[in-house]
Amino acid sequence: MDVFLQQVVSGLATGGIYASLALSLVMIYRATDVVNFAQGEMAMFSTYLAWSIMNHGAPYWLAFVLTVVIAFVGGLALERLIIRPVEDAPVLAIVIVTLGLLVIFNSVAGWAYSYIIQPFPSPFPRTPIRIGRIVFGPHDLGVIGVTLLMLALLWLFFRFTSLGLALRAAAQNPAASRLVGIRVGWMLALGWGLAALIGAVAGMMVAPIIFLEPNMMSGILIYAFASATLGGFTSPGGAVLGGFLVGVIENLAGTYVSFIGTDLKLTLALLVIIVVLLVKPSGLFGQAVVRRV
Amino acid sequence: MAPLLEARALEAWYGWTKVLHGVTFAVDEGGITTVLGANGAGKTTALRAVCGMVKVAGEIHFEGRRLDGRATEDIVRLGIAHAPEGRGTFVGLTVEENLRLGAYARRDRARVAADFERVYRYFPMLHERRRQVAGTLSGGEQQMLAVARALMLRPRLLLLDEPSLGLAPLVVREIFRIVRTINRDERVSVLLVEQNASLALDLADHAYLLETGRVVVSGPAADLRKDDAIRRSYLGY
Repeated sequence: MDVFLQQVVSGLATGGIYASLALSLVMIYRATDVVNFAQGEMAMFSTYLAWSIMNHGAPYWLAFVLTVVIAFVGGLALERLIIRPVEDAPVLAIVIVTLGLLVIFNSVAGWAYSYIIQPFPSPFPRTPIRIGRIVFGPHDLGVIGVTLLMLALLWLFFRFTSLGLALRAAAQNPAASRLVGIRVGWMLALGWGLAALIGAVAGMMVAPIIFLEPNMMSGILIYAFASATLGGFTSPGGAVLGGFLVGVIENLAGTYVSFIGTDLKLTLALLVIIVVLLVKPSGLFGQAVVRRV
Repeated sequence: MAPLLEARALEAWYGWTKVLHGVTFAVDEGGITTVLGANGAGKTTALRAVCGMVKVAGEIHFEGRRLDGRATEDIVRLGIAHAPEGRGTFVGLTVEENLRLGAYARRDRARVAADFERVYRYFPMLHERRRQVAGTLSGGEQQMLAVARALMLRPRLLLLDEPSLGLAPLVVREIFRIVRTINRDERVSVLLVEQNASLALDLADHAYLLETGRVVVSGPAADLRKDDAIRRSYLGY
């Protein structure tokens, strides 16, 4: 029972990271119908930024805040400069552009920071936390907390601010949005900025667990895809729940199903994608998209 | 006195297809102008042209400013609210959120709260359903929401695209009654596009008849009502 609880909590911790990345995928998908394959590499790149800011002597939380701000502005600029010109191109063309971004971010990180694995600090205390006979990793609990806090802030933003409302409107009905005076182009850019910001937080939270290197996010991105698919690519709440579910499923399967172990965990994510697409393609909470033709 | 809105020799295209071939029309300050015509005559396009939603040539003036060439978002900020055909409501958002969006372009946020009251007075049903998702409203209720949302802008000019489309006669009469009240009490000028010529001519003071992208008849609404050709083709008696 103790092992079970510990595994659930550490599953929730990695699940929180999948949830964050899945949420940023969903955010861009809802706004522009595009799956941003570069999301993981953008997060990795932001994490490297945080790492070099800290190497220049900045304390952790200063580096954290700076990174989040830079990631936001960077995401905004990326949409304006690179995605905007292909906005009206077929979806496939935009997908290829995001794949191009993936390769560029990956190579530039390798060139600038080398492929040597680096440790990345955790902002949370090291001493394990005991509750009864169960021992929890403080970083795990911290990640869960940070993820939930970020989600709560986002929810408040989208629910109660007029900018958040405008973002939702622009994602849903661009033509009607223009008619109420919303600058739809900027809303899309803002969506990219927010997605980059969420990704940066996810990157900084996962780096202490899996270490920093240019390919660190490739596996995480697949889990994030599995999460978003499971929850429904059109549902932010679904993607988050999907993330936590995938994290827990992955961890429990790795612990209790002997042949899966650590080697086949990633396969499990792909299996989740396939099963969901076969059984309920719109995911748990997604809406089936019906298009008039 | 110069009209509030004036379009001169207006041409409009969808891609390579020219839909309006030099149309001229005007809306007086405080007046109601209607554009009539059959399906495909270019009525909706005329409204879309005013809002910068299609490629145009010619001139559109609003209070002495040129509208042609401006972005839709900026035209809205000049005080032109458009309730589009097919209603253009945000079906995934609540009634209240739809109304909040209607006031999005306004700077006087403090007065928006009072406008919720005002709009709910016109449409008490929307107040009852304010927490409901707009997609669950009936067609008539969605049309009322579209008009209410447009009013939240506190517009100088209200563009209405076929508000009667697909609605029960009773609902249509209610909507037209409210439009008349808004026009009379708040001095909001109206440009109304309609297929239901009889209703539109009752409401409007000025009318234009479009056929395949050209104005074929225009004049005071009362005169068009008496016009034999119009009576036969559009009023049906």
